[in-house]
Amino acid sequence: MKKLVALLLTLALCIGCTAAFALEGQPVAKENMKVGFIFLHDENSTYDLNFINAAIEACEKAGVPYVLKTNVPEGEECFDTAVELVADGCTIIFADSFGHEPYMIEAAMQFPDVEFCHATGTRAHTQGLPNYHNAFASIYEGRYLAGIAAGLKLNEMIEAGTITPEQAKVGYVGAYPYAEVKSGYTSFFLGVRSVCPSATMEVTFTYSWYDEAMEKEAATSLINNGCVLISQHADSMGAPTACEDAGVPNVSYNGSTVAACPNTFIVSSRINWAPYMTFIIECTINGEAIPADWTGTIATGSVELSEINETAAAPGTVEKIEEVKAGLADGSVKVFDTAAFTVNGETVTSYLADVDDMGDFQGETEVIKDGCFAESEFRSAPYFDLTIDGITILGQ
Amino acid sequence: MAKSEEKREPLLHISARAPMPWYFSVAVRLSCIIVSLLFCTLLTWLITGVDPIAFSVTVFQASFPAKAAMFGIKFWPMLRDLSILLLLALAVTPAFRMRFWNIGAEGQTLMGCLGAAACMKLLAGVIPNEWIIVCEVIAALLAGALWGLLPAIFKAHFGTNETLFTLMMNYIATQLVAFFCILWENPKGSGTIGIINQNGALRGMGWLPVIGGNKYLLTIIVAGAFTLLMYFYLYRSKQGFELSVVGESERTANYLGIKVRRVTIRTMILSGALCGLTGLLLTAGENHTLTTTLAGGRGFTAVMVSWLAKFNPFIMILASFLLVFMEKGAGDIATKFSLNKSFSEILTGIILFFIIASDFFIRYKVRFRHGAKIPEGGVSRV
Repeated sequence: MKKLVALLLTLALCIGCTAAFALEGQPVAKENMKVGFIFLHDENSTYDLNFINAAIEACEKAGVPYVLKTNVPEGEECFDTAVELVADGCTIIFADSFGHEPYMIEAAMQFPDVEFCHATGTRAHTQGLPNYHNAFASIYEGRYLAGIAAGLKLNEMIEAGTITPEQAKVGYVGAYPYAEVKSGYTSFFLGVRSVCPSATMEVTFTYSWYDEAMEKEAATSLINNGCVLISQHADSMGAPTACEDAGVPNVSYNGSTVAACPNTFIVSSRINWAPYMTFIIECTINGEAIPADWTGTIATGSVELSEINETAAAPGTVEKIEEVKAGLADGSVKVFDTAAFTVNGETVTSYLADVDDMGDFQGETEVIKDGCFAESEFRSAPYFDLTIDGITILGQ
Repeated sequence: MAKSEEKREPLLHISARAPMPWYFSVAVRLSCIIVSLLFCTLLTWLITGVDPIAFSVTVFQASFPAKAAMFGIKFWPMLRDLSILLLLALAVTPAFRMRFWNIGAEGQTLMGCLGAAACMKLLAGVIPNEWIIVCEVIAALLAGALWGLLPAIFKAHFGTNETLFTLMMNYIATQLVAFFCILWENPKGSGTIGIINQNGALRGMGWLPVIGGNKYLLTIIVAGAFTLLMYFYLYRSKQGFELSVVGESERTANYLGIKVRRVTIRTMILSGALCGLTGLLLTAGENHTLTTTLAGGRGFTAVMVSWLAKFNPFIMILASFLLVFMEKGAGDIATKFSLNKSFSEILTGIILFFIIASDFFIRYKVRFRHGAKIPEGGVSRV
């Protein structure tokens, strides 16, 4: 009898273990691990450089080998490169550009034993592939903090009498009218307005992620249009240099531009991808499943602000940012608090966002929760696409 | 004094060479390529300090890996890319033979992509898959042909400059494609379409069939077939003969009763349609998407391939191979030695320079000045 019980228990234990392993995946020893990275451009692009630095940092820290593939276009070449990396022994493959997503999914379907992680993508939560994952960061919090620095600068100009409160108009150069960009400029504007209530903003789109001439031209025309401070969401130095030329303060993105714009650069927010890369490496080593969506925060170290340039920033900026940052961390400050903005003069109480991204362009997920727009909660990539009062989109 | 009467021979004396036997010219070309490779290796070593042997091995293995497991993974995509470049070079060649400088292959290809993508996007689930593919082929050929036809009509009837015209048509095609990318974008605002018919019941609708389990094979077979066809068209057909006559002299062509306008328009329709076909392969066969960068400048590189090969379809295979081989090598040296992609572009430039130089030495003889002074009155004054 005892033997039978022992046998049954052992059996149960074995089944339990197998089941657990089947769910969790086998742990992979460091020696057998290799991470492959696919980048759209090389280190000459600020966007890709940010990823390349993070990749090297995370892999060296974890002590795992890695392969970097640069200049991989958003087409079949991305799939080819993924296949090559698999053949090269990579157990995790990471791609950095939005357009890589469909090809990463194709590769994930073909190689179920390899983990595919994709930054900025939207489809992991609906694709149903256990080895395909998306990641983003709550960069809207970083934008909000950068917006506070901008708002304090506007206040300084108003106090100095350079502009009237009504003239506190911010210009924003966006790439595409895409949710990621909309979420970015809205959070930036909410940050501005939290300290400078009379501020308004004009947004213009370049319809390109990288077009230095067009970004410069867009910034210049915003300045000529009466904007007294510029920020941008596009990857070139176009807007920052236009600001430096015109002597207009600039809030940058993806990294500090202080070297090129010593007189006008205030601050820059960026996503630090190293925490996510460390996370996926650790998950694989420990045999834990990587979640379909992962959103980095200020707490994970994924959302960062550059050093503030004292030459251009208003006095007291550093202290104010620290104060709000603590508020964001403990939850007392919410960026998309519905009390802070209106759409067509009304407070938003309910909104269905197109989170599932099935190509129907129909909202299906209620994203207003506890008086707040729950950004990056139902998937990691942003889905805030409302146009709030105070923001004018030019050319529409 | 008599000294002033002495005439010195010029330092370099360049004169035309008598035609040399084919094996000699092949030897000159081959040695030029070898010298260029050695020069590149030396330059790489001097500038970057990378071990030149490891460097060359990496470049070579980017197309022909030593590991059996990697061979298929690297070799087939290389052949596919070679095929696409070759098809585009073949496409621009008939027009070049009649001295119609068509540099619009990029736009004609994009139009083919657009035609194919439109069928994939709009007809999926509406008509059976086989019919979608038939429609795609027709749409891609027509769209490409139209982009070739327009400059040809203007050239034939109004004498417009075809170089500028075809160049400008590229930009119109790019903008049209950009427009449709935004019209069909998914997700909203992103400006990208992604893989068309990737998920659900529509998966694979309008994608070109995979032959023999190898998805690269179709493109390669099409390129091979068109290389043969183009050779016979150019050198063995009446129309090919007409092209060369028009290229030599329009007056002779008129005298022979060749209708130059008709030949111009017919040839550009052919060129455009072949580019359109390449666009079909790019969109429905390879990428299954539509972006403005699908042709990726290969429409322009094809012009160089065609010229390097002196319009001979078989030599174009070698020329396309060389360029694709270098491009693949470029990617791998960037990965392995952290050398920027620009560095390998410099190397490609050097190799091309050597090849063009070899051509010069085949046609011309260069003689250096001899030490001996020319006796007075020995050479007539210029």
